[in-house]
Amino acid sequence: MLNKYPFWKYLLIVVALVVGAIYALPNLYPDDPSIQISGLRTSLTIDQRTIERAEKSLVEANIPLKASELLEKSALLRLTDIEDQLAAKEAIQRAMGDDYVVALNLAPTTPEWLSSLGAGPMKLGLDLSGGVHFLLEVDMQRAVDTRLKVYNSEVRTLLRKERLRYRSAPDLDNGARQLMFADEQTRDEAVSRIADEFQELAINSYEEAEGFFLSFTLKETQVREIEDYAIKQNLTTVRNRVNELGVSEPLVQRQGRNRIVVQLPGVQDTAEAKRILGKTANLEFRLEATADAAASSTETFPFKENRQAPARLERNIIISGDRVSNAQSNFDENGRPQVNIRLDSSGGQLMNRATRDNVGRRMAVLFIEQKPTTRIETQEVNGEKVQVRVPGFREEREVISLATIQSALGTSFRITGLDGVGEASELALLLRAGALAAPMYFVEERTVGPSLGKDNIRMGINSVVIGFALVLIFMLVYYKVFGLFANIALTLNLALLVALMSMLSATLTLPGIAGIVLTVGMAVDANVLIFSRIKEELKNGLSAQRAIHEGYDRAFVTILDANITTLLVAVILYAVGTGPVKGFAVTLSLGIIISMFTAIVVTRAMVNLSFGGRQLKRLWI
Amino acid sequence: MSANKVINFMGARMLAAALSIALVLGSIASLAVNGLQFGLDFTGGTLVELGYDRAADLQKIRDDLGSAGFKDSVVQDYGSATDVLIRLTGDDPKLGDKVVDTLQAGYSGQIDLRRVEFVGPQVGEELREQGGLGMLLALALVMVYIAIRFQYKFAIGAVVALAHDVIITLGVFSILGVGFDLTVLAAVLSVIGYSLNDTIVVSDRIRENFRKMRKGTEIEIINASLTQTFGRTIITSLTTIMVLVALFYFGGEMIHAFALALLIGVGVGTYSSIYVAANILLFMDITREDLLPPQKEEDEADQMP
Repeated sequence: MLNKYPFWKYLLIVVALVVGAIYALPNLYPDDPSIQISGLRTSLTIDQRTIERAEKSLVEANIPLKASELLEKSALLRLTDIEDQLAAKEAIQRAMGDDYVVALNLAPTTPEWLSSLGAGPMKLGLDLSGGVHFLLEVDMQRAVDTRLKVYNSEVRTLLRKERLRYRSAPDLDNGARQLMFADEQTRDEAVSRIADEFQELAINSYEEAEGFFLSFTLKETQVREIEDYAIKQNLTTVRNRVNELGVSEPLVQRQGRNRIVVQLPGVQDTAEAKRILGKTANLEFRLEATADAAASSTETFPFKENRQAPARLERNIIISGDRVSNAQSNFDENGRPQVNIRLDSSGGQLMNRATRDNVGRRMAVLFIEQKPTTRIETQEVNGEKVQVRVPGFREEREVISLATIQSALGTSFRITGLDGVGEASELALLLRAGALAAPMYFVEERTVGPSLGKDNIRMGINSVVIGFALVLIFMLVYYKVFGLFANIALTLNLALLVALMSMLSATLTLPGIAGIVLTVGMAVDANVLIFSRIKEELKNGLSAQRAIHEGYDRAFVTILDANITTLLVAVILYAVGTGPVKGFAVTLSLGIIISMFTAIVVTRAMVNLSFGGRQLKRLWI
Repeated sequence: MSANKVINFMGARMLAAALSIALVLGSIASLAVNGLQFGLDFTGGTLVELGYDRAADLQKIRDDLGSAGFKDSVVQDYGSATDVLIRLTGDDPKLGDKVVDTLQAGYSGQIDLRRVEFVGPQVGEELREQGGLGMLLALALVMVYIAIRFQYKFAIGAVVALAHDVIITLGVFSILGVGFDLTVLAAVLSVIGYSLNDTIVVSDRIRENFRKMRKGTEIEIINASLTQTFGRTIITSLTTIMVLVALFYFGGEMIHAFALALLIGVGVGTYSSIYVAANILLFMDITREDLLPPQKEEDEADQMP
């Protein structure tokens, strides 16, 4: 029978629509502006008393509260008005003190039965919710160089142990380390020993007027491994630091080979965020040099905020900050601030080995901080001299503590002699958050104010509603009953798109809204194609039933071809695009797929239900 | 329209070809001379958006900024008279606050810092490369798809129509001096999608008619195909344009340029699906033999009851 769907097809459509409706539903519940309180240290527990203290400060500040609840590690206070959010944050922060992280948040209000089904609202991009966006670039050159430095000291130790006499020579331009030998035999012996011991090094030997040289650098595979490690380590570190900021739903993602994207929705205080994120600090533990140590094996560093004579330390690094697994600030027996440090097991072993034989000597903790800077360079671009800003960083290396080793240290020990409570807790925070494997600098920063975000949403939704209404009216007038079917399908298309985006937890951005608008415009096309084909077949003298059948059939091939090509473009956009382009590609490709379903299958079902299998004199189209 | 009345679209094909060539050459000339006003995403620099509590005096803002030593700043209205957009070179993160401090000194009311963006030019360069690469890749894949599904002459026709639409859209942006940013790039890429959609619908019908109509010259067949799809072409363009107009007027400043790019693109795309793609087919001497299904399929079809 023409134009009859089997029962299972109707069932399938109904199921798809019901599922779609459930997952689209949470978007109708607006988020509550809220304040989230969490402890700066894990030892601080958040309990009912914390909530009571915060609530009291709100009452004093005359800010209405909607509800409050205790989460796993934090407390959430829901407010009634978004305008109060900043004032509430300040009031609570004053009441709670610096030990607590008080952050702005938007708490979902999805009813429990919906969230138990895994349904939640779409995430809003920064351009819609407001917040900051940072793009950080990891200095890979530096990561490689740091590793090479460790090898350098190990190679020298090995040569001394083997009694192969060498002289230091300056590093080569490409960063390779260079050693000079008096005769060829010693040099070759050194080469083979180093090659045996350190398979990761690429060794090169050559001869010059001054003597016999060998140079070594890291092998290419090793370099790539380090780069991979560095970006992973930095990602973890940035994530930890972001968590310390107490931002809800932050985004920390690798982008490309050496970049990290950080998005902090709701954060307006960029200075604070940058201070924590941009602090590329690391620690090194080194022994103080003995008085008779050769000048080439020592380095001299100043003390941090302390005008003592600078300290002379060994070049050899015992361990660096990436071995630190935990750090807590507290007070020693005399009430002075100190930081308790725990190392991972291999760090503990290294530390133990180094301190065992050196009890009585002093060990220094070296604090290395990379501060982002911008220098101005004159470059020649297209034959013109242009002033170009080059992002870079300045490295500060300062001794923060120099203490006598009392006994062999293991996996846990403490640093004393810090300047104040503030410094101790900040050092602990940075250590706990993990060290960066390589310094980073900010390449990009965007801030979108919350009011601008709200405007964007309002105008975006307005334009969708208006454009949508215009199309609905036009279709109804032009295609009558069939127009009504198309309009229902179009509405479902929009609902399903929202549902699918919520399910995939895709992020809705401003260009994403534009993508939706375009989808609405183009989803109509499929129906227009079908209906104009039906009209045409009627004109060609086909019966109503036959015309419907042929119209759908013939138009399908065209729709398929047209949509697949557009989909190809959208998929490529997604693959190569970043940020806004990606957001646009997501909504466009989802929209195309969904419109294939709604415009062809759903309208067909409605047409079949109302006209299928009946005797029709003429068709209202 | 009655079923048998065929509009003689191709009668004006030489005129259309001349028009297209003129438009494309004009666009290329403008792109060469004026270039595109690349936005922050591409050039790097800092963008500061301010909200004034009453209508802002742009000239005074320019003077204040100039005398405070902010070089090469671009000051413009953004949406309403109280919203001001300032573009500056340099990527000092504190630039936004500095600008507000400077302007606040000479202004009695409230100035609200609404948005600060600083973007490194290096990022822009990379994105430009990626965008360009994306376009080329998309074109290549689309060509392959059409060549397989249709025939290589259709692939060339579709891609020429695409290039035509994109070049003219970019040309209009260059002539109007509208800022070209990432969202506009997204729009240009979706112009590709729309233009393809249109071209394929027309090509599809041409293919069908070449197989179905036993009589008629190439021009007659193409005219018939264009006539049959004309109603659909107009309605789809109309509905899309309706939505885009809503986006243009009600979508807010941030997607103004996006909507404009799409409006131009859809307009040109509609024209090109009629006059460029089909014209190219004629220039390449499309024949019925090009589109006959392979012999084997024909045999099978004949055997069907």
